[in-house]
Amino acid sequence: MNAALKQPSASINDRWDADPILTVEHLTMRFGGLVAIDDLSFKVGRGDITALIGPNGAGKTTVFNCVTGFYKPTEGRIVMRHGLGGQQEAVDTVTASGRRWHISDDHSVFLLERMPDFEISKKARVARTFQNIRLFGGMTVLENLLVAQHNPLMIASGMTIGGVLGLPSYRKAEQEAIDKAVYWLEHTHLIDRADDAAGDLPYGAQRRLEIARAMCTGPHLLCLDEPAAGLNPRESTELNELLQFIRETGTSVLLIEHDMGVVMEISDHIVVLDYGVKISDGGADFVKRDPRVIAAYLGVDDEEEIDVPEIKADVEEIEKPARKPRKAPARAKAAAKPAAKSAPARSAAKSTPAKKTAAKKATAPKKPASEIKIKDADKHPGAQPAGTRKPAAGGADNLTRISGIGPANEKKLNALGIWHFSQIAAWKKAEVEWVGSYLSFAGRIEREEWVKQAKALASGKQTEFSRRVDGGKVPSSRTSSRRTSGKGGKA
Amino acid sequence: MAAMQANGGGAAKNNMFVDSLKDSATAAFLVAVLGFFFLPLKTDIASGGLAITYRWPLWISAILIVFGGRLLLNLFVFKAKTPATQIIGDKLAGSSARLPGLGRYLGIALFGFAVILPFFFTTFFPGQQRQYIDLAILIMTYIMLGWGLNIVVGLAGLLDLGYVAFYAVGAYSFALLAEYFDLGFWMALPLAGILAAFWGIILGFPVLRLRGDYLAIVTLAFGEIIRVVLLNWYEFTNGPDGISGIPKPTLFGLEFTRGEGGFADFFGLEYSTIHRFIFLYYIIFILALITNFVTMRLRKLPVGRAWEALREDEIACRSLGINTTNTKLTAFAIGAMFGGFAGSFFATRQGFISPESFTFLESAIILAIVVLGGLGSQIGVVIASVVMIGGIEMLRNIGFLSQIFGPDFDPVQYRMLIFGLAMVGIMVWKPRGLITTRVPSAVLKERKKIGADMVAQGEGH
Amino acid sequence: MEYFVQQLINGLTLGSIYGLIAIGYTMVYGIIGMINFAHGDIFMIGSFIALTTFLILTTVFGFVFLPVVLLIVLIVAMLFTSAWGWTVERLAYRPLRGSFRLAPLITAIGMSIVLQNFVQVSQGARVKPLPPQIQGGVTIMEGVTENGPIVVQLSYMQMIIIVTTLLLMVGFTLLIARTPLGRAQRACEQDRKMAALLGVNVDRTISLTFVMGAALASVAGLMFLLLYGVIDFYIGFLAGVKAFTAAVLGGIGSLPGAMLGGLAIGLIEVFWSGYFTVEYKDVAAFSILAIVLIFLPSGLLGKPEVEKV
Repeated sequence: MNAALKQPSASINDRWDADPILTVEHLTMRFGGLVAIDDLSFKVGRGDITALIGPNGAGKTTVFNCVTGFYKPTEGRIVMRHGLGGQQEAVDTVTASGRRWHISDDHSVFLLERMPDFEISKKARVARTFQNIRLFGGMTVLENLLVAQHNPLMIASGMTIGGVLGLPSYRKAEQEAIDKAVYWLEHTHLIDRADDAAGDLPYGAQRRLEIARAMCTGPHLLCLDEPAAGLNPRESTELNELLQFIRETGTSVLLIEHDMGVVMEISDHIVVLDYGVKISDGGADFVKRDPRVIAAYLGVDDEEEIDVPEIKADVEEIEKPARKPRKAPARAKAAAKPAAKSAPARSAAKSTPAKKTAAKKATAPKKPASEIKIKDADKHPGAQPAGTRKPAAGGADNLTRISGIGPANEKKLNALGIWHFSQIAAWKKAEVEWVGSYLSFAGRIEREEWVKQAKALASGKQTEFSRRVDGGKVPSSRTSSRRTSGKGGKA
Repeated sequence: MAAMQANGGGAAKNNMFVDSLKDSATAAFLVAVLGFFFLPLKTDIASGGLAITYRWPLWISAILIVFGGRLLLNLFVFKAKTPATQIIGDKLAGSSARLPGLGRYLGIALFGFAVILPFFFTTFFPGQQRQYIDLAILIMTYIMLGWGLNIVVGLAGLLDLGYVAFYAVGAYSFALLAEYFDLGFWMALPLAGILAAFWGIILGFPVLRLRGDYLAIVTLAFGEIIRVVLLNWYEFTNGPDGISGIPKPTLFGLEFTRGEGGFADFFGLEYSTIHRFIFLYYIIFILALITNFVTMRLRKLPVGRAWEALREDEIACRSLGINTTNTKLTAFAIGAMFGGFAGSFFATRQGFISPESFTFLESAIILAIVVLGGLGSQIGVVIASVVMIGGIEMLRNIGFLSQIFGPDFDPVQYRMLIFGLAMVGIMVWKPRGLITTRVPSAVLKERKKIGADMVAQGEGH
Repeated sequence: MEYFVQQLINGLTLGSIYGLIAIGYTMVYGIIGMINFAHGDIFMIGSFIALTTFLILTTVFGFVFLPVVLLIVLIVAMLFTSAWGWTVERLAYRPLRGSFRLAPLITAIGMSIVLQNFVQVSQGARVKPLPPQIQGGVTIMEGVTENGPIVVQLSYMQMIIIVTTLLLMVGFTLLIARTPLGRAQRACEQDRKMAALLGVNVDRTISLTFVMGAALASVAGLMFLLLYGVIDFYIGFLAGVKAFTAAVLGGIGSLPGAMLGGLAIGLIEVFWSGYFTVEYKDVAAFSILAIVLIFLPSGLLGKPEVEKV
């Protein structure tokens, strides 16, 4: 939730702070009980290419749908600005007045969460494309681009009446619309296909056409939902060029993208989401190195070779003063690495004597429950769960038998002093919340019912998932032969 | 079964025959079962309640006809190596390939014929001129209704099963305006159109947020509501008795009556009732032409493109700043307006209207014409109207059938049965309708037709 | 109060019939997503088969014991009507499977016209009256109103209709929930292509859905015949539209919804006729439909549809 607070914030003089075209403030979107976006705030700089990234299901498209009016957000404010500056005064006035927008010659403010979808495109000039391309397949490429210029043409046709009577002013307006369409067709290399049905185009061309169509609405902000999905490398490069060109024409771009090549190359500003929460926000270089981003992208993938940098760092912070002479950090790191590789040695390696002594020194804890001290533990909601320096006699349980805990998460939990099913089974709501927040996957523990699974496994029962783990069908931190002999093995 | 292919050789051929025989026997058995309670047994009201009359020969002949027909079809079409239909189809395709602009020439030819139609019939069929011109008027009315509904269903992709409601509104508007305010046809015609469009908006406003089939059922319900109200609001609409004595249209004040001041008298012609029919024909012809002209114009205007875009993808439309509610409403209102015009014409032609004329069947026929013709295709509507309405009415003229089946045989009572079968048959044969290509509304370099498989069918898909 | 109870009973009876027909609509819509317009006429066919069978049994074979007669009539009507349902699907809908959406709708309307006119041509356009067969009933309440004494009666006929409907509903729910056929049906409802890939015989499942719908419609047809005593070739249209309205009202695709919608439409109609005017009962039913759909677009028990962007 407030994971971002932990991060050293990027330079305050960033363009998106000084001159935001779009600000999303405390956006929350709930579907029934599911919180898709939780108190999300970010800014999109005028003239920037801003990327919204995050693992699958992070809520990126939901943000888009809120910005473009297809969903009404549960809470929050989304402000679109025409003209320079933050215009905070105008924003506050409009918000208080209950109106949807304030339009003046050079400064206009739109509260998108109050506007219906079509007005967001028409008035606030936010255009979008869709993840699964939505073209008018039975109409020609040219017609697609003319439909995009519906509103100006509608006025030119005298709300249809003049058009039916065949007034020359409409003819002129239509020719201008065709010229504009041709301009964008040339820039998207579609001019030769102008009279073909849009549904006949190859995939990459359809993606480009959708962008051209959005541009024909004359947007100030263009929102692209995974524009590079399904493109080959050459098409990706062309897309990069197209986006750069669009930026040069003065349209700001907000895009969702999975292709990190595209994102890192062209983005001025990257916002990273995970489970509906912003976990990082800054320039490409900043985000690339952000440990939370790495954890979100790689940690949840349950890969074997993942360390647990942030937890270790937190633990060390507290332990350092206590055991300066023993050079614990180096040892802990050295111990953790082989532990990850060779499972049998793992549990023993974790319980270094150094930690034990450190624990004794660091007594008088606020929450006496845990032997492991974590820096900033209070910044997370709920309560830190009770952890022990080392597993009980007989070794640690194979926590990966819980669906949702992979080897990487098991290591993180071990670092928190969680070794046994019984420990997880004892978690209450507060602990679940704390761990979810601390490991920056809020809500996941509840969703995957770790506690329920742990209860079953602690009492020696099997779950469907644990059977699959034991059967060797799911990669686990231990080989099946080792596990069956271990304590956490078959019941 | 039909998918089985005979792979040459005597044995295969033999197999094919046996298969065909088996298949035909199955079909015949099915007919025997299905028909059992309807063909050989007929319940009639007799003195002591209901009595049963037996018609075994009818049943048996039905079974035999199905058996024989199915066998022939099996042998020559379904299971034959080169089906007879394929041979015919190839020939037809060959001829149409040689005539690339067939559609356009066909349109021009049909238009030319429509212009001279009354004189064609008065010259070549003087004996049956009245009947034929009457039929032409009927077909033209359906063409106009089809074109009106085509805006709603074909262009905007909104499935409207209650289109007849607007036809009724138009007819009753004129009838009531004439009865209460003594308005003539030409005065009432625009009012009727406006009233129908108004009703289109009133009905459309609440229902247009519904999708696909829900919209269909609600429009059907509204059609029925209007009919039931017309039927029961006795004081105002005269209920089931209908309204009679609806004034005839005049040509700039000239009435088509015998004697002083009439049309024939004014132009120094000999009075003939056919003049009025020819006049009516030209009225509906011009009304239909206006409908067509406006529709073709609208297609090239932003509103028309927005209709088609709406049919293709509503969400994309909204993302492009198109107010979909208003766009749908205009489609509904303009479609309704043309329905209203057609309705007032219907009232003036008949001189009498009652709720009876505005049943769901009428909506179904108009929708069938639009879909059979090919959604969105103007010429398709013409062909479908001529085939369906003209073809069915032709049954009245088939005298020779009664010579075969005896004097009691009245082909007219089989009219709707054949109509229904034709609907099913044509749809199964050509699910996309007769004309399946879409002509783009704007062209940069070269006009290319768009195949039907690209074109969406509107809400729900 | 007495009047109200009497209307309630009448409404439930009528609603049961609508509900039985509505199940056919809702099942077909659930599985292939089309309005089977001919279903109302299948109901009409069912009532004609029931009428003829009844006459044959009583006049030709001289059966007199009514329960046995009705049982035979029920079975014969269900069997033969099922054959009609199967044939309609095979001829008019199966060739269009996977085709675009309006095509089967048009063939359905065409089939409806065919069935109506086939019956009209073969059986005549005049109404077929059948004298009431099941008479008498149980008096539930008695009272006096300003218009004189009033007796609230639950007739045996109404009891039979309500009980049969209940039994069929229970049986049907079990069929859908417990049997392999029901499972296949639900699978086809979710994803026809995937069901086919997993070895479900989709064509057969769809055919069986039509057969079941037709069987239920024939039961409704028999009840209609016994309750009203008059049928003609045109009864299918209005009953069909009302039943479809009921299916939509209850949330199309949902079996309990269809029954609930049927009851709702029956009650609306009866109460409207009882308390306001009989002429506008259809208007009332359709208006309620429109209102419900506007405020609750997926019907009473339907799953709300989330617009996918």
